Amino acid sequence: MSKATEIPRKRDVAIVGIGATPFGEHWDKGLRELTWDASVAAVEDARIRGRDLELIIVGNMSGGMFVGQEHVAALVADFLGLKPTPAVRVEAACASGAVALRQGYMAVASGLYDLVAVGGVEKMTDVQAGWATSILTGAMDFEWEAYFGATFPGIYALIARRYMHDYGLTRELLAEVAVKNHFHGSLNPLAHFQNRITIEDVLSSSLVADPLRLYDCCPISDGAACVVLAPAEKAKQYTDTPIIIEASTQASDTLSLFERRDICTLDATVEAARWAYKQAKISPKDVDVLEAHDCFTIAEILALEDLGFYKKGEAARIYKEKQAYIGGSLPVNPDGGLKASGHPVGATGIKQVIELVKQLRGEAEGARQVKGAEIGLAHNVGGSGATAVVTILKRR
Amino acid sequence: MVGIVGYGVYIPRWRIKIEEIARMWGTDAEGIKNSLLVEEKSVPSLDEDTTTISVEAARNALKRTPEVHPNEVGALFVGSESHPYVVKPTATIVAEAIGATPYLTAADTEFACKAGTVGIQACMGLVKAGYIKYGMSIGADTAQAEPADLLEYTASAGGAAYIIGENHTLAQIEGTYSYTQDVPDFWRRDGSEYPKHGGRFTGDPGYFTQVINCTRGLMQQLGTTPEDYDYVVFHEPNGKFPLRAAKILGFSTKQVLPSLIVTKIGNTYSGSSLIALADVLDRAKVGNRILVTSYGSGAGSDSFSLVVTDEIEAKRNLSPSVSYYLNRKEYIDYAIYTKFRGQLRGFME
Amino acid sequence: MSIYAVPFHWRRYKERYRLLGTKCEKCGNTFFPLRKICPNCRREGKPVTIELSGKGRVYSFTVIRTPPDGFEAFAPYIVGVIELNEGPRLTSQIVDCNLDEVKIGMPVEVCFRKLRALGKDGIICYGFKFRPADELWKVNSKNRA
Repeated sequence: MSKATEIPRKRDVAIVGIGATPFGEHWDKGLRELTWDASVAAVEDARIRGRDLELIIVGNMSGGMFVGQEHVAALVADFLGLKPTPAVRVEAACASGAVALRQGYMAVASGLYDLVAVGGVEKMTDVQAGWATSILTGAMDFEWEAYFGATFPGIYALIARRYMHDYGLTRELLAEVAVKNHFHGSLNPLAHFQNRITIEDVLSSSLVADPLRLYDCCPISDGAACVVLAPAEKAKQYTDTPIIIEASTQASDTLSLFERRDICTLDATVEAARWAYKQAKISPKDVDVLEAHDCFTIAEILALEDLGFYKKGEAARIYKEKQAYIGGSLPVNPDGGLKASGHPVGATGIKQVIELVKQLRGEAEGARQVKGAEIGLAHNVGGSGATAVVTILKRR
Repeated sequence: MVGIVGYGVYIPRWRIKIEEIARMWGTDAEGIKNSLLVEEKSVPSLDEDTTTISVEAARNALKRTPEVHPNEVGALFVGSESHPYVVKPTATIVAEAIGATPYLTAADTEFACKAGTVGIQACMGLVKAGYIKYGMSIGADTAQAEPADLLEYTASAGGAAYIIGENHTLAQIEGTYSYTQDVPDFWRRDGSEYPKHGGRFTGDPGYFTQVINCTRGLMQQLGTTPEDYDYVVFHEPNGKFPLRAAKILGFSTKQVLPSLIVTKIGNTYSGSSLIALADVLDRAKVGNRILVTSYGSGAGSDSFSLVVTDEIEAKRNLSPSVSYYLNRKEYIDYAIYTKFRGQLRGFME
Repeated sequence: MSIYAVPFHWRRYKERYRLLGTKCEKCGNTFFPLRKICPNCRREGKPVTIELSGKGRVYSFTVIRTPPDGFEAFAPYIVGVIELNEGPRLTSQIVDCNLDEVKIGMPVEVCFRKLRALGKDGIICYGFKFRPADELWKVNSKNRA
């Protein structure tokens, strides 16, 4: 059992600035330009100068394989004109963003730093689809899963097939997850996809890895997102609406899917969530809005169970009852999730938190605002569940 | 006495019918079937090659010899004309896959369709001389034939593995004989994609001269006659050649027909006579005498005279029979065949 | 990854050719792939390398239709999680089986197949795959038609 989940924190941490690019295919922008767009917006939102930042943390899964660039944090600090500010890159596959955020949280909570920028960026669309599929297999066990021809959608399809077998989930109900997320995406000007879709659209889309189809899978996107962190006691210097990080937890599990205790449960999510509720002193029913990691439709269903909202096998009920929409009993992914708002891998964890900040500030665009949201939970997963991060935010 | 301690075969599950190949080229399917006495042939999957077939056959042989621990195999030879690497032995991959490494000698052999029987002779020598306890020889191929060529109707895939030793033999090898000459009846130059052959020249100067002389030579040496044998097995490039060879040598059709598997799987090249022999061993009775003569273009033959021992009963059913593999089949059409045989330009490169 | 990274592939030949696992003689659990330390017993464990039987059942499966680099020729192909009789699970392809024939619970046995070649000049990668287990081969050959 890990003893590292209780971090003695000296002080609370607040998010005082946010900025993100639209997610999508940005043919004219590389890592530099994407980073610039998100960072400038966050710094201006925090009403600071770049020079004020003491530390830069960058979440990025694979600059090397997509665009030949390692040492991504150095690139970021340089292009933002911020030498000699220290910069560090964090990698945990699709959880890179949230793990990066957690490092920034620890830097401020410990008292070592007073102003930290945490961003995530991924540039994925320069390579062709087959090669992107190959690069993403780095998130699983390369020697024992990818080596035998598994792909990322394939791994989640293995989960979906077993889940459907064990719990009777139907193909149609699974499709509801995508329909809902596209509906939310249609209300989000930053989303990669803003088209609404129907169950028929999902069920007639091409098979990717049976039973998952094209519309069960999140897209390949470019994008960047950035937040500025400061101690809560100083937050009012930067913003009228500081949002406090009530909990930031992380847990690990086996790298490969096949070595999991139960392939339909992400134990890392369960563990991280358990400690997060303890740290924030809340329980699942207190969560007003949820950003769950829906890299594939089945992942969102697992998330609802592993985060404690539903018992194993029962989360599909929320879709039957249509309660996961904005306005429902538990709005899930009001920005469209990974499916519709896009998934530039390193940026997603930060984007999820930015969406919660907007919701908690009451600043979400138009029909996307969850009324009276006070507590939000963001859930970011790496690979098929080897890393899970849970972040709980509150407007105080 | 040196003999066969164990044997195992493997045949891929795909088949293509003569009719389907004939449909592609607009030829007379019935005429071809009657002249070749072949109905269909085996085709390897995209993920199968001579190495994988050899491993499966070797594992099946080891299943029949629970008394043999893989690291007691002191020599391993793989005979084929379709080794996946031109330089890098198939034998070491097979040795690693069956757990025989590292204390053994190994090599690949090539002598057209008799590459596997050459290895058996080598193992016999090493065992008899006391250098090794057990040796394994494998004959396997994923034969490549030029599209629209007559050989396309028969060139198929399969393999057999034989473990040679002196203990617990299920068939004793009473004697072996060989006949070798330089005959250019069938060849492939380095860099050429498909083999070439001499048409009718492959018959008398090639197959029949070597097979007849070799078989006669063995019987003379041992003082046996056709009547002394329960079964005779020849290399099977088609169904007609073995029947004619049997007739010339004085064997009856009853002795040669049971092993005529070419009708159902085509010519597995280095696997041919060895798989046919395995089919006989699957059914032979204790005390049966078997004569087997291989043939490799280029040209040469190896003959063996075998006597089945009572060990056969206990060992026979420990791994799949040839019949099992003959019955395990699924048909493909010429389009899929082209894909599986890598005949599409730019595909899989 | 450079296609000529031969040591990377060679390092796992024994494990991928022969399905090697780790058995902890203290707690009796079997793990795949090889581990240097038993996750249960840690320092007190007694891990030994064993060869697994290769027999098991399909625990889950999917059909890959958008293959990664190097596997294009084989698509569509079945990838499954196989639960071995000894206990551990692994991920591998299921072959010699039509796409609509594979089922959860289907008994399978290991076979040796080509995984891919590293281009037309590079080495060939072999390893384990699984095919439907068929005990009918024990039927006497006299039953041949």
